Amino acid sequence: MNLTLKIWRQNGSSDRGRMVTYEVQDVSPDMSFLEMLDVLNERLTLEGDDPVAFDHDCREGICGMCGMVINGVAHGEQRATTTCQLHMRHFEDGATVTIEPWRAAPFPVVKDLVVDRSSFDRIIQAGGFISVPAGSAPDAHAVPVPKDDADAAFDAATCIGCGACVAACPNGSASLFTAAKITHLGLLPQGQPERAARAKAMVEQMDAEGFGGCTNTGECTAVCPKGIPLDAIARMNADYLKTASK
Amino acid sequence: MSLSWTIGEPIKDEKAPSGPIEERWDTRRFQAKLVNPANKRKLTVIVVGTGLAGGSAAATLGELGYKVKSFCYQDSPRRAHSIAAQGGINAAKNYRGDGDSVHRLFYDTVKGGDFRARESNVYRLAQVSVNIIDQAVAQGVPFAREYGGLLDTRSFGGAQVSRTFYARGQTGQQLLLGAYQALERQIAAGTVEMHTRHEMLELVISDGRARGVVVRDLVTGEVETHLADAVVLATGGYGNVFFLSTNAKGCNTTAIWRAHQRGAMFANPCYTQIHPTCIPVSGEYQSKLTLMSESLRNDGRVWVPQRTGDDRTPADIPEDERDYYLERIYPAFGNLVPRDIASRAAKNVCDEGRGVGPGGLGVYLDFADAIARLGREAVEKKYGNLFEMYERITGENPYETPMRIYPAVHYTMGGLWVDYDLQSTIPGLFVIGEANFSDHGANRLGASALMQGLADGYFVLPTTLGDYLAGAGGFGEVDATEVAQAEAAVQEKIDRLLAVNGTRTADSYHRELGRLMWDYCGMERTDESLRKALERIPELREEFWNNVKVPGDGEGLNQALERAGRVADFFDLAELMCLDALHRTESCGGHFRAESQDADGEALRDDEHFAYVAAWEWGPEGPILHKEQLEYEYVKMTQRSYK
Repeated sequence: MNLTLKIWRQNGSSDRGRMVTYEVQDVSPDMSFLEMLDVLNERLTLEGDDPVAFDHDCREGICGMCGMVINGVAHGEQRATTTCQLHMRHFEDGATVTIEPWRAAPFPVVKDLVVDRSSFDRIIQAGGFISVPAGSAPDAHAVPVPKDDADAAFDAATCIGCGACVAACPNGSASLFTAAKITHLGLLPQGQPERAARAKAMVEQMDAEGFGGCTNTGECTAVCPKGIPLDAIARMNADYLKTASK
Repeated sequence: MSLSWTIGEPIKDEKAPSGPIEERWDTRRFQAKLVNPANKRKLTVIVVGTGLAGGSAAATLGELGYKVKSFCYQDSPRRAHSIAAQGGINAAKNYRGDGDSVHRLFYDTVKGGDFRARESNVYRLAQVSVNIIDQAVAQGVPFAREYGGLLDTRSFGGAQVSRTFYARGQTGQQLLLGAYQALERQIAAGTVEMHTRHEMLELVISDGRARGVVVRDLVTGEVETHLADAVVLATGGYGNVFFLSTNAKGCNTTAIWRAHQRGAMFANPCYTQIHPTCIPVSGEYQSKLTLMSESLRNDGRVWVPQRTGDDRTPADIPEDERDYYLERIYPAFGNLVPRDIASRAAKNVCDEGRGVGPGGLGVYLDFADAIARLGREAVEKKYGNLFEMYERITGENPYETPMRIYPAVHYTMGGLWVDYDLQSTIPGLFVIGEANFSDHGANRLGASALMQGLADGYFVLPTTLGDYLAGAGGFGEVDATEVAQAEAAVQEKIDRLLAVNGTRTADSYHRELGRLMWDYCGMERTDESLRKALERIPELREEFWNNVKVPGDGEGLNQALERAGRVADFFDLAELMCLDALHRTESCGGHFRAESQDADGEALRDDEHFAYVAAWEWGPEGPILHKEQLEYEYVKMTQRSYK
């Protein structure tokens, strides 16, 4: 199939950036979206043009490095799918596809479709962990964990930190990302001692990074490749309010 | 053959304590010198790579009070490719009471590695395995649990006990996030200084010791030097030499190859693992291969049609016209034979013309029986995310039609040679995780990579590195000439790549090199194929350096330049891999020489001539082979049998 791509090109954070149109021919439906861009980049390179910069690594939907807004939707219109797992069989021959980076103030553009998501790491630094130095752990069976809690914790823990939730949110909020970690650790007995302090520190760091507030729009969970449920945010708010009222 | 090589002095692991194997690690820990807390603050350790090994090492060294500088090429340490490990992590907990023990895990690993790993190392790995599970649970890793609240386990290839702990099909992700969170905690505490989007391009050696690294800031393009009292490489494996592999696109050999060229010996480069259950290639544009966890072989049954050229749909092939070949050939282990055996068996049936799917390069992995026995819901609970991943990639629904799978390059058992302390042949250069060669011999068992990465990072390295650093007060200033030379070498290579301005992209060369390696140094190797590869690789490398086209410049983000630099090193590594494979005329584990097989077509070892680790030294006149003899006191060397 043949496609018209409109791709955001921006040479560094100080460049204003613009959409540039490219035609791609003979795209196979079995290609992944990123393989389609690889083919474009091979051509641009040989033609002496600057290839399109985009982040990617594992290409199996788990590292969280890739992410593009495709036709206005973070990671494209396929539900529960990262950009690297999106395949061309979902596009029509002759279609025009727009490709843009995540857009949010705390995710400055590095180049083209590459953004800086180090703000996510700083939110984890604020408290997204259980303090347990290596070698100090009790036997793994010392504390049984109810299966339902373990499963719910796992569901929240599957967050890949891609940032689609922020890109999709009209407020540019990182609530789903932050809440996923607060929920994961807060559901486990091992996470209880630091639970209140964790919620407080992570929420405050999220605000300090310039992410917006949550107004329960739900766009985040709709684009989340791992389907992190929206009620994680309610849990985060509850944990946060408990510390604030103390 | 274009490459000449010589045999050097034998090499020996001087660090492994003697005495009863159960006591060796305790003995070494007690012997290891300690660094007092006040001095730790004055010592800097560089850790390159933030996967399970590097992330856990950097976090633990930070907790101990060292000044740590951590580097990764990705935008966050959480992206490292350990995150993609699916199936699980082995540990000799014996929570099932099914006869497991440290000794049995040790035995299975030595046997699974086809008697090409060190007994002392493997025993320590099995001992430490139990601490890893404790550590991970305490960190909040949400392992699968049973209704009583205790941890669930499953079986994996090469074992007859259920010792694999898992978190659905995302065990690597959950363990890595545990290590990542511990690392971020140390970054916040100020003990670890994190450098993301930085790629190591050279090692700095001063007065014979590893003292720093030269890195390129991938965003600004700036070449920087960072100095330290010791350097730890945790940069993963080199499976991407085949271009198509299950590795992440960025995985590369550059860090360990630079270290090799600076004096670190490279051990057993030809030991590569071909994973039996990956999604087959679909076209020429293919950029990577995706693994389907080996855990699927617990419930999936592997088969092909009995008749060659049978192109009916799987549903139309009646039961009695199917060949469940693993169950037929290996009744004792059935679908759970080790990876090397399952891979070769798949290749054999495809070579016979019985393969399925496009090009006949695939076999079925069928869940119909499991769904009938356990119900769809139970199967979905166990493997749901893997089935979804399969459907996303292939457009086929594995609940209704069998998966098609084919072997793909997955892991490299070879790597930089290290002693029992995980120190390379360069003093002060430690190598952990997949980047070293140490524990898996010629074949790694499933769910053992996570175990080894975390054993090295959380428990082994922090002890042995302390022993080295206890003498560090006297290391002195780093020689400024050495730094200048290392930086100049990096800059020169970047300039050279940019200057060629030829007519082919680095990726196209990488693809060609990968194809060549797969055809000539892949699942089956022969004297003839390896000689062909050794003739062709230098020609291709020459062409690359004269005709590659790298767009842009060295200033700022240039992903094509990054890739070109990695491909350049893959050429050199490919040559050493083929040479190693050529010299090892036996078959063992993942290294199958067609000339060395028994009457049933199984790998035939030659213990008399090859029971050694091949440690290659870089030499201007060609590689120098140093042999480390392997001795087995506790596990009797036998021909593996899974029948």
